[in-house]
Amino acid sequence: MDRRIRVLIAKPGLDGHDRGAKVVARALRDAGMEVIYTGLRQTPEMIVSAALQEDVDAIGLSILSGAHMHYFSEVRRLLEEQNAGDVLLFGGGIIPDEDVPRLKALGVAAVFGPGTSTQDIVDFLKQAAPARWAAQEG
Amino acid sequence: MSTNRPKSAWMRETYNKSLEKMPERPVAHKTLSGIAPEPLYTPEDLKGFDYDQKLGHPGEYPYTRGVYGSMYRSKLWTMRMFAGFGSAEQTNERFKKLLKAGQTGLSTAFDLPTLMGYDSDHPLSKGEVGKCGVAVSSLADMEILFEGINLEEVTTSMTINSPANAIWAMYLAAAKKKGYRWERLGGTIQNDILKEFIAQKEFIFPPEPSVKLVIDTFEWGPKHVPKWNFISVSGYHIREAGSTAVQELAFTLADGLEYVDWALRRGLEIDEFAPRISFFFNAHNDFFEEICKFRAARRIWAREMRERYGAKNPQSWALRTHAQTAGVSLTAQQPLNNIARVAIQALAAVLGGTNSLHTDAYDEALALPTEDSATIALRTQQIIAYETGVTHTIDPLAGSYYVEWLTDEMERQALAILEEIRRMGGVVRAIEEGYFLREIADASYHFQQEVERGERIIVGVNAFQEEGLQVPIQLVDPEVERVQNARLAQVRRERDPIAVQVALEGLRQAAKEGRNTMPHFVECALAYATLGEMMDELRAVYGVYEEPVLV
Repeated sequence: MDRRIRVLIAKPGLDGHDRGAKVVARALRDAGMEVIYTGLRQTPEMIVSAALQEDVDAIGLSILSGAHMHYFSEVRRLLEEQNAGDVLLFGGGIIPDEDVPRLKALGVAAVFGPGTSTQDIVDFLKQAAPARWAAQEG
Repeated sequence: MSTNRPKSAWMRETYNKSLEKMPERPVAHKTLSGIAPEPLYTPEDLKGFDYDQKLGHPGEYPYTRGVYGSMYRSKLWTMRMFAGFGSAEQTNERFKKLLKAGQTGLSTAFDLPTLMGYDSDHPLSKGEVGKCGVAVSSLADMEILFEGINLEEVTTSMTINSPANAIWAMYLAAAKKKGYRWERLGGTIQNDILKEFIAQKEFIFPPEPSVKLVIDTFEWGPKHVPKWNFISVSGYHIREAGSTAVQELAFTLADGLEYVDWALRRGLEIDEFAPRISFFFNAHNDFFEEICKFRAARRIWAREMRERYGAKNPQSWALRTHAQTAGVSLTAQQPLNNIARVAIQALAAVLGGTNSLHTDAYDEALALPTEDSATIALRTQQIIAYETGVTHTIDPLAGSYYVEWLTDEMERQALAILEEIRRMGGVVRAIEEGYFLREIADASYHFQQEVERGERIIVGVNAFQEEGLQVPIQLVDPEVERVQNARLAQVRRERDPIAVQVALEGLRQAAKEGRNTMPHFVECALAYATLGEMMDELRAVYGVYEEPVLV
C-alpha cells in the first residue's frame, strides 16, 4: 500500500493572512496527502508539538509579516531539541531573496515565494518525503 | 440612442463570419468574478434604461456618477499613501518626506503586535516589532509619530481595527497635548471589525463585544470629533483574502448595513452617524469590472440608506470611498511590471470615482516599499491626475453600453448575496456559521486552479517568464525592537501609576456595565496606560475569539 505523506501547514505568529496557507493545504490534500492545518496564531512550541503529535513528514510555514527568520529558526531549534530534526521544514510567503540562503543554512528544505505553482510544492514533497522514509529505514 | 439592427443578426451575419476566418482565442472570456461578457453590447442591452433612476447626475441621488457635484474638476482625490515601519521616529521621517513629495493625507500602518493589541515587549511580539508597520504601545510613541506635523492641516488615516478605540484615543490625546482642537481634526480610523472576522483575521474579542466597541465610536465620535470618519468599511481585505469583485462588493455593503443596524439598536439617529461612514475598496486588475464595482457600490448604498433605512440627509446616502490597488495582484517575478499593473488599477479607481487612493509600490510582493518605490507609486497617481486628462469630465464612461450593463449585473449579483446574508440572520450570524470563510476559500482556490491550468495568464508568472532581475528592498533593523522596548520601560517607570490604575479601572467598569468606553480610552491614553494594558482589561471582560479552522 502506498504510504501517504503527512504534512502540517502552519501560520506562526500574529499575522492573519491565510489565503496562501489555505490554498496550499487544499492543493496538497487534493494531491492525496494527509494535511493538518493549524489555524492562526500558532507559537513555534504549538507548531512543533502538533507536528510530533501528528507524526508528520513535513511542516510548511506561511509567513507574510517579515518575521520569517525568527519563526523558522525557532521551529528548527525546537525540532532539534525534540530529536525530530529530520522532519522536513519548508515555507512560503513574503520572503526576500536575500533571506533564502540564510533560511536554507538553518535547514529549511525549500522556500516557495509568491506565484509558485502548487504543483511545485506537491512535487517537492513527493520527492523529499520518500527520501526521508528511506533514510529512516536505512 | 437606438438601432434597428438586432444584435442577434449581427452575431449571425457578421461576428460568426469573422470567427470562421479567425476563431476566438482559447482563453476564458470572463471577468475575475466569473461574469462572462458578450462580445458586444449595443443599445439593445440598455433597453428601458432609466437615467434618472439608475445614474442621476454627479452629486445627486443615487450617486452612481460620483458623490460630489464637481468631482475632480474641483478637488482631486486625496493621494493617501499607506506608510509605517520600524520605530515611530522612522515612520515620522517617512511621513514628512511624503508630505514634501506632494502627498495630501497621511495613512498609518501599524505593526502586528499593535494590530493585535499587544505591547512591543509582550512575548508574542517577539520578532514582529516594527516589521509590517510602526509599533505604537503608548501615547509616547504616538507623540513621536506625529511630531512636527500640523494635525489641523493634514488628515490622518489609521489602519487599526480591534484596538481602534485605544489607538484613536492616543491620537486624540497627542493632539490635545499639542493644543490642536478636536473639532478641527480630520481623518479616519478603519475600525471595521466585521471584515477582520471575514478576511483579515486581526480580531481579539468575539464578534458581539467587538461590534459594541465600534458602535461606541459611532455614538461618541460625532459629538466630540465631528469631522472624523470613525469607520472605513473595508472590502479591500476581503478581496485580498481571495474573494471575487462581486463578493467584495456584497460583503462590504453587508458589513456597512450591519453596523447601521447595530447603531440604530443603540438608539442613535441615522442621519447623525451615517454621513461619517466611509468605505474602502480594492482596485484590482479587471479594469471594467473594477470601475463598475465602485459605481454599483454607490448606487446600492444610496438606495439602502434612503429607501430601506429612511435616511433623510443626502450625506447619509452618499458612499465616500478610499481605494487601494491590489497588493495580491503584484508579482514577485519581474517586479517592475507591477508599476504597470498599479497604474492600470489606479486608473480604474479614478474612473470609478474614488475619493482617495493609495497606490502600491512595485516591490510589495517582496518586502515593505523602499523610499524610491513608494515615490514611484505616488508619482503614478500624479501622472493620472495631471497628464491623462481623465479628470476633465465627470464619470466619463457613463452611458457606455458595456459599463452600464456590467454595473447593473454586478449590482444584481451583489443584491442577491445581500439577500442571502439577510436570510442567514445578518453578518454576525453568517460569521459564526463560517459562511464567509468558506465562500472566500472556495473563490481563491478556484482562481489558483485557473492560473495553474493556464486559463488565467499572469505575465511573468505562468507566461512570459524570465530569470533574474533583482530590485533593492527595504529591510527593517532588528534594533527597533530593543529601542521600542527601552522606551516602553521608560514610560512605565515615569508615568503616575495611580492615574493609570484609576483610568484602567474606569475602562473595565464601563465595559462590564455596557457603557460607552470611548471617554475611558481617552483617559487611559492621557495617563500613558499602554495599549496592551487597555486591551487586557477588555480581554478580561469580553474574552478572546478563536475562529473555526476551515480549509
